[in-house]
Amino acid sequence: MRLRMFLLVMVLAGAWPVRAMQQPPQPPKDFVPVDESAPGEQIPAMPLIGGAYGFIWVAVFGYVWSLGRKLQKVDAEITELERRKK
Amino acid sequence: MIGLAAAMFAVAPFMINNAPSEATMGLVYKIYFFHMPSAWMFLVAATTAGVASFRLLFLKRPNADHWVIAAAELAVLFGALTLVSGPLWARKSWGVWWVWDARLTSSLMVFLIFVAYTLLRKYGGAGSDKLGAGLALFGMANVPFIYISVNYWRTFHPPTSVVPKLPVEMGIPLWFCVTAFTLLYVVLLRLRARLEFQRARVEALYLAEDEL
Repeated sequence: MRLRMFLLVMVLAGAWPVRAMQQPPQPPKDFVPVDESAPGEQIPAMPLIGGAYGFIWVAVFGYVWSLGRKLQKVDAEITELERRKK
Repeated sequence: MIGLAAAMFAVAPFMINNAPSEATMGLVYKIYFFHMPSAWMFLVAATTAGVASFRLLFLKRPNADHWVIAAAELAVLFGALTLVSGPLWARKSWGVWWVWDARLTSSLMVFLIFVAYTLLRKYGGAGSDKLGAGLALFGMANVPFIYISVNYWRTFHPPTSVVPKLPVEMGIPLWFCVTAFTLLYVVLLRLRARLEFQRARVEALYLAEDEL
């Protein structure tokens, strides 16, 4: 009798996780719109676009300005050297 | 030509703003309108530097050195624009800033080759022109590899076939930006080469002064 009880308990204990696994998934308690999900899960596009275009504009303008200054300097040097030559 | 390039760059943001969003990438794909032309000019600059290096080394044209210096510096400029704008786009559309795939790695390698070239020319002293020309030729040899890499190796990067298949409303702003960047490249190349020609003239004038 005690052996039968022990076997019954063991079978039920073993069957419980299987039964639990067969439970249908719980429905969500509420729907979460995309805009309200956790901030860490969102990557906003505008700072990335602003960063890309900002870097390109600054780099190009910086290069053009630096090139213009170097050209002015070397042109002034040539004018001075030619003046001294005469 | 400078005025036309400036006018096109002034109009470009309005055209990019009016282009539609992309279905899977959304708004962030608009980085493409400046990223792709920058990348093309990076490859064009690397090729120009390689061709000028060939003329210097094998056809013995000393003036070609001025064009190598100009093109190599522009390869660094446009390479930096590409390698900064690309990861900003990738962060949103791939979820990561960078992947070590064939396209990105080889682009970084060519960029570093031209950074090495500019440092060599600045601090290398006598003989650095020929050593640098060899380096620039090696940089140019990587250009076809960069271009085809997206079609042969596994990558997140869009393949080259994306460009001809673009819908008209996305294609018009893209080709407008490509034209603007091409004009900018030609203007900057000519100005940078002029600076080198003028520096050579200054050197010749100082030498003539010493001889007197």
